[in-house]
Amino acid sequence: MSHPILEVQQLNKSFGGVIATDNVDMRVTQGEIHALIGPNGAGKTTLISQLSGLLTPDSGEIIFQGKTITGLPAYEFCRAGLARSFQITSVFQEMSLLDNVAMAVQARSGHSFKFWKNAKKEKLLREPALQYLEQVGLAERCNWLASEVSHGERRQLEIAMALATEPQMLLLDEPMAGMGREESAQLISTLNGLKKDKTLLLVEHDMDAVFALADTITVLVYGRVVASGEPDSIRNNEQVRQAYLGEDDN
Amino acid sequence: MEASILVIQLLNGLQLGILLFLLSAGLTLTFGIMDFVNLAHGALYMLGAFFCATLTIYTGSFLLAVAVAIPLTALAGYILERLVVQHLYHRDHLDHVLATFGLILCIDTLVHLIWGPEGIAIPLPEILNTQVEIFPGIVFPTFRLLIIGMGLTAAAGLYLLVNHTRVGMLIRAGASNRRMVGALGVDISTLFSGVFALGAALAGLAGMLIAPITEASIGMGSDIIITTFVVIIIGGIGSMKGAFLAALIIGLIDTFGRSFLDDIFKIFMSGEAAETAAPAVSAMLIYILMAVILAFRPQGLFPPLTR
Amino acid sequence: MPEATIGKQHTAVKWISIVMITALAVIPFGLYLAGNAFWLDIFTRLVILAIAACGLNLILGLGGLVSFGHAAYIGLGAYAVGIPVYHSTYGGMDAIASYNGFVHLGLAMAVCALFALVTGIISLRTRGVNFIMITMAFGQMMFYAIVSLETYGGDDGLTIDLRSEFPLITLDNPVTLYIVCYLSLLALVFLLHRISHSRFGLILQGAKFNEERMGAIGVNCYRYQLTAFVLSGLICGYAGFLLGNFTTFISPEMMDWTRSGEIMFMVILGGAAALWGPVIGAVIFIVLEFVLSEITIYWHLYFGLLLIFSVLFMRGGVSGALSRWFNSSRSSGTQRQA
Repeated sequence: MSHPILEVQQLNKSFGGVIATDNVDMRVTQGEIHALIGPNGAGKTTLISQLSGLLTPDSGEIIFQGKTITGLPAYEFCRAGLARSFQITSVFQEMSLLDNVAMAVQARSGHSFKFWKNAKKEKLLREPALQYLEQVGLAERCNWLASEVSHGERRQLEIAMALATEPQMLLLDEPMAGMGREESAQLISTLNGLKKDKTLLLVEHDMDAVFALADTITVLVYGRVVASGEPDSIRNNEQVRQAYLGEDDN
Repeated sequence: MEASILVIQLLNGLQLGILLFLLSAGLTLTFGIMDFVNLAHGALYMLGAFFCATLTIYTGSFLLAVAVAIPLTALAGYILERLVVQHLYHRDHLDHVLATFGLILCIDTLVHLIWGPEGIAIPLPEILNTQVEIFPGIVFPTFRLLIIGMGLTAAAGLYLLVNHTRVGMLIRAGASNRRMVGALGVDISTLFSGVFALGAALAGLAGMLIAPITEASIGMGSDIIITTFVVIIIGGIGSMKGAFLAALIIGLIDTFGRSFLDDIFKIFMSGEAAETAAPAVSAMLIYILMAVILAFRPQGLFPPLTR
Repeated sequence: MPEATIGKQHTAVKWISIVMITALAVIPFGLYLAGNAFWLDIFTRLVILAIAACGLNLILGLGGLVSFGHAAYIGLGAYAVGIPVYHSTYGGMDAIASYNGFVHLGLAMAVCALFALVTGIISLRTRGVNFIMITMAFGQMMFYAIVSLETYGGDDGLTIDLRSEFPLITLDNPVTLYIVCYLSLLALVFLLHRISHSRFGLILQGAKFNEERMGAIGVNCYRYQLTAFVLSGLICGYAGFLLGNFTTFISPEMMDWTRSGEIMFMVILGGAAALWGPVIGAVIFIVLEFVLSEITIYWHLYFGLLLIFSVLFMRGGVSGALSRWFNSSRSSGTQRQA
């Protein structure tokens, strides 16, 4: 068995008495697509936010590639190679798609204490940015403003931006939320294409997508991990069916 | 001798702290509930002082003047809220700051127009214009004691209002969840106007209480508003408890700094150096305190939990 | 094509730039040569204020950080001229008598950089209202610090009867001073133009739009914002240095927070989004101050009303309105659809 790229140990987080993350242990193996599922309010986004440094856990450890990164600021998580996309789309609405991705390229290419040269004409930033847009199928729209494209395209843009930071691992928070069938299918194929060199942790409601993509599934209920394993074992897990899948089937 | 000065300065500091609390309470309310930054709060403080000055001169009674001037200042606040402030709630903080800065210019000029450029002294009634022997050998002006008393009464009243009445419940609910209050079927815009007027009344009261000591003058609001900001920054913006404690801390530290710092400095530097350094440091003392506190706690000492 | 939206503003901006550059060069000299030296004074003040407003706009317009204490830097810059002059007039520091310009400018830059660095480190850890109030409080702290310096006049201020001297350049001559101010403004606007398109500028703007996102792509915004904050302070300090060479009298009053409000007024009224916005704002400010104060001593009332109205009804300031007007007067054929 290959070693874990991300290991979460006994993570806890509560907000004023409400426990959002309850002693979570989790291992994500290098190169897999790991899905995190659970009913609404299970604390998935809270967990993702801790895994991307946006929230600091109350206790527990987050170990990424053998390095403990718990408590570091968000930008250090990203620099360590752990990039995320947001559930509520968070892109630069006032900028073009290309500018959005170029910003992410710029972020990983050294410091930005450069005051003179026109960054919007730097091939070093624009060309890779265009490639990432191509990878998610947005190259044609590169000059549109982020506020002008469709919701689904903005989700794609999110992923392109995350990719542009050249992460080893991507955290995707409900990338398919609010997408039509066609757009979802397109995104699934994009994610499958990433599989060969990235590890993915995916929060998703769309069960078809989850079972189509995931190598491993972790089920979160009320902030606690109730099951973790291969899709088949999860499908047949009684506890999971009760807590979660059962509701969905009816 | 030393002890008596200490007690007197303690009371002076307390009195300043109480005034600062009256001012910061209004700002805390408007910020906590409407998320609104009001630079013109100091202008309401000034208006209160001028209303009170004129009324004292006409009625001949300071206390009667205060009783009338408080609702008048509240009314002024209400009008401002309806005319200008109300249209800014959904805007960003920069717009709040600019528009209320514009309000300051307008109100200052209007006061100049109505009352003239000179300050107006407020004569105190005989009973208040005396000194009381609070401890054997320690006398303190009666009026300053009254300030402390009235300020504490107002603080207690505010506490009761916020924590033990239906309006207070709405205020507290509004601070943590604006939409929910709307869903309760409360007319949000009336609630906001009322809260703004209440804040104005508290600021006005502070102005009325200080004016007999300093006189009502243009610009008095612009000076004190920054100190008030320091209070609510240190207390944690939006927190009433923080504002109260920070106001007392600032009042005491500022007063003690101004009266004792040169003596303290003389312990470890030459007399001349101390005389030069002490005023500079004491003028900056509360800001330095603010800087130090923020360096360790960027959100202030008692940040409200809901934010 | 890649900059379609910015391109829309290009014509407007270009015209405004050309008009401003020419007007600021031609008008004061024309009037000066016509024997009206008074106007040169007005224009010098205008250009100095414009420099300060541009300085503020670096952090406010580009960085989206509402710093309300920038008058302090102008004051510090002016006192960096005033205090050495005081000493060279009344003795005590003879070493700084000749080529005192380097001392003045050096002192202004050093003090402003230090003050901006220290206060920036603390205030930039907060955002929103906290940031506004904290920068305000720090600005006012400097005001009180200068007030308490009895040696240098305290509340009453300080007379400056000596100007900065550099090799070949003496700011004693009003025409030289104006040329220096004017060229400084041009250089500054060009610099800000470069910065706004540079990597540094993009990071600042990114942080303004969506700071959380910047963190998620691995950018530590704090370092860049702090740098911008210090730069912005330096520019205002430079404006103060020029102001110290322009007036014969400085006082702490010029550092009061309401002065910071006036600079902010210029930036917003002119339009923070546009490069020339602050300059336009300074022009409007000077014109209003001049015209209104001729008519009535209560001119601040109109000032205040204008401020309130422009906040309520005019988004993007005058330059915003201008570029909207330019766009609508141009054919609607520029509408882009792909």
